[in-house]
Order: sequence, then structure tokens, then C-alpha cells
Amino acid sequence: MGEKAEMTNQSADTKTKEYIRPMPANWWLKKKSYFLFMVRELTCLFVGGYAVFLLVLIYRARGTNSQEFAALFDGLNHSWAILLNLVVLGMALYHSITWFNLTPKAMVVWRGEERLSPMVIAGSNYVVWAIVSILIAWLAYRIG
Amino acid sequence: MAASDTTTSDATIALDVFRYRPEQEDEPEMQRYEVPYQKDWVVLDALNYIKDEIDGTLSFRWSCRMGVCGSCGMMVNGEPILTCAAFLRNYYPNPIRVEPLNYFPVIRDLVINMEDFLQKLDDVKAWLVPKEEKPVSEGEYLQTPAQLAQYKQFSMCINCMLCYAACPIYGQHPNFIGPAAIALAQRYNNDSRDDGNAEREEVIFSHEGIWECTLVGECTQVCPKNVDPAGAIQQAKVSHTTDFLKSVLMPWGKRQK
Repeated sequence: MGEKAEMTNQSADTKTKEYIRPMPANWWLKKKSYFLFMVRELTCLFVGGYAVFLLVLIYRARGTNSQEFAALFDGLNHSWAILLNLVVLGMALYHSITWFNLTPKAMVVWRGEERLSPMVIAGSNYVVWAIVSILIAWLAYRIG
Repeated sequence: MAASDTTTSDATIALDVFRYRPEQEDEPEMQRYEVPYQKDWVVLDALNYIKDEIDGTLSFRWSCRMGVCGSCGMMVNGEPILTCAAFLRNYYPNPIRVEPLNYFPVIRDLVINMEDFLQKLDDVKAWLVPKEEKPVSEGEYLQTPAQLAQYKQFSMCINCMLCYAACPIYGQHPNFIGPAAIALAQRYNNDSRDDGNAEREEVIFSHEGIWECTLVGECTQVCPKNVDPAGAIQQAKVSHTTDFLKSVLMPWGKRQK
């Protein structure tokens, strides 16, 4: 113990000044993969924002009759609203697809000594996505 | 190695090398060297040529020349790579920029201070903590091939630190335990002979541990041994979260460790 402490002191004495390189603020512009990562981080704002928007819409739709209900959506027929929705759709797609493709990183399924193929794990997300989308479309069609 | 008889020619290639000599300068500078261009040379060969023939003051670490020792990792044109695996022909005829590994303090020229990484290996107890010590006379700790498969990939790490140099999270938060140390912790956590999970938990499952990672994924991209540290971290997140949910939803059930 004493010997170890002595050695540490000695190395501290002979230490020369080290150079610490600053990290540039635009590090995420220096490599394509860093940029795509930052885009993925940014998309969560759009996805989260749209979720809040939907919740507010549902809140305001409580107990409305069919006329009031339709009026709620009048404001959403403007071209800027449609454009904004398209932007959010693009962001949500990017968000979903990039995260779906990353699921094999987090999820490992062992079959004996073999790992289940990452393609199967990532692919199952898309299958579930398709089934849920069809179910919702079917429900909306039936109610509508 | 150096005297390649197949491709000797008069062609040269330029290396812009990061120089930092603390006794004579406060700021580093880039120095250009022209070295003979050989098709079968790697950047490490070119650096050794500079050291032997042009400028003996250039400092860098290297040892095995075959991607096993993990000593010669540097930034080559901004990418962390083992210089023994970076062929000149992949850059020729453009100049090659050689810098020390990102985010680590520079001691001299291309030599970084790796003390921080070594401390982190220590912090996560990157060694086997046996379930029970038994005398040699009782024989080996047996393991099935399926149990070996659980951790084998993570055990391929050669501590070259390329993953740290690729990780902007580490660049911004030097306290982050980081890719290799967490992958190695998982290497032992997943080992059927090991019983150190509880001892590693506090470091690994902390904010400086797995939860600092936002899955940039570059550590896995640059890993020369296909360790997939990004995968190790995400898998640790999943198992930690399921453990937590189990303890909340089923408080009567005892946790396994």
C-alpha cells in the first residue's frame, strides 16, 4: 500500500503538462453518422409535440355533438396545417424506422449457441406496425 | 516488411502528423512528412519510417503490428482506427492526417494519457468474480458452449480505446464509464462462472454508466474486433429496466442476484 502510494507520487512529480483538445460545438456536423444521430434526437420533439396536440384535440372533443366535432377540424384544413402534418409524418417515420432498426442492439434472443438473426428482430417490429395500422384503419373505417 | 519488392517506386505520400512537445510548445502543430508510398504499407509502417529515417523525435505507441495488442489506435483523417490496419493505398494519393485518439489528454505527439480508461476498467471490476473460490484440486469451473456464447463477443475487446475516441458522449462527459468498460462489465456479468453483478451494479447502472449513452452507435462501427459495445450497453439497459419493473410490480418476488 505504502509502496503503491509512493509510486503514484513519483509519477505525479515527473508528469509533464498534457494538452486537452477542446470539443468543437459543431462536432455533429463533422461526420454523417453524427448528423443522422442528431436528426434522430431532434425527431422526438416532433413526435412528442404531435402526441400533445392529439391529446389536446381529444380533450376538446369530449361531449361534442357531430357539428361541433366537425368544427374542431375546420382549422386543420389549411394548407399550412397539412404541410406541418406532412413534416411531422416524415419525422415520425424517420424516428420509427431508425429505432426499429436499432432494436436488435437491445434485444438478443438466444437459441442455444445461436443468436436469432437481427433481421428477424428488426423485421418483427414492421410486422406488428403493419398489423396495428390495419386494425386502426379498420376501426376508423367502421366507426366513420 | 519494409522493403517490399513488388511495389517499390518513386511515389511518395504526405503524412500530416500531430506534434505536441510540452517542453517547447503550448499548442500542438501539424508537421508534414513525405514518405515513400508502398502499396502494402499501413500508416504505422509510414510512422515507423518517419521515426527511423526522417525524424527520431516523433512519439507514438505500437507493438504487435497485427491488430491484437490495441496499442496503435489513432485518428486517421478524423476516424479512430488501428494504424496497423490503415493501408496507405486507401488514402493515396491524398495526404493522410494522423492525430492522437480523440478526447484523451495528449502527453506527447500521438501518445495519449489512458489513465482514465484504466481507472474505469477498475471501477467496473472487469475481471471474474467467482461464485465461490474453490481449490485447484477440485478442478475447473465448467461451462457449456451455450454459456460461452453469452459473453464471447464482448470478451474479444483488446482495450484499444477506439470506441472512446468515436463517442461524442465521452467527449462531452468525461465521467461517462464508456463503451469498452461497460462491454467488459457485461462480458463478466453474462459469464455463468461470475457472481459480480451486484458489485458492478452501482457503477454500471448509474447516470455515468449506461444511462449516459444515447446510442450514437459509433463505438460499434469503429470497433476492430466486432465487440458491439453499443449493443452491450443497450442490453444492460433492458435487463436493468426489466429488473426494476419486476421489483416494482412484483415486490413479493425476490430479485435473482
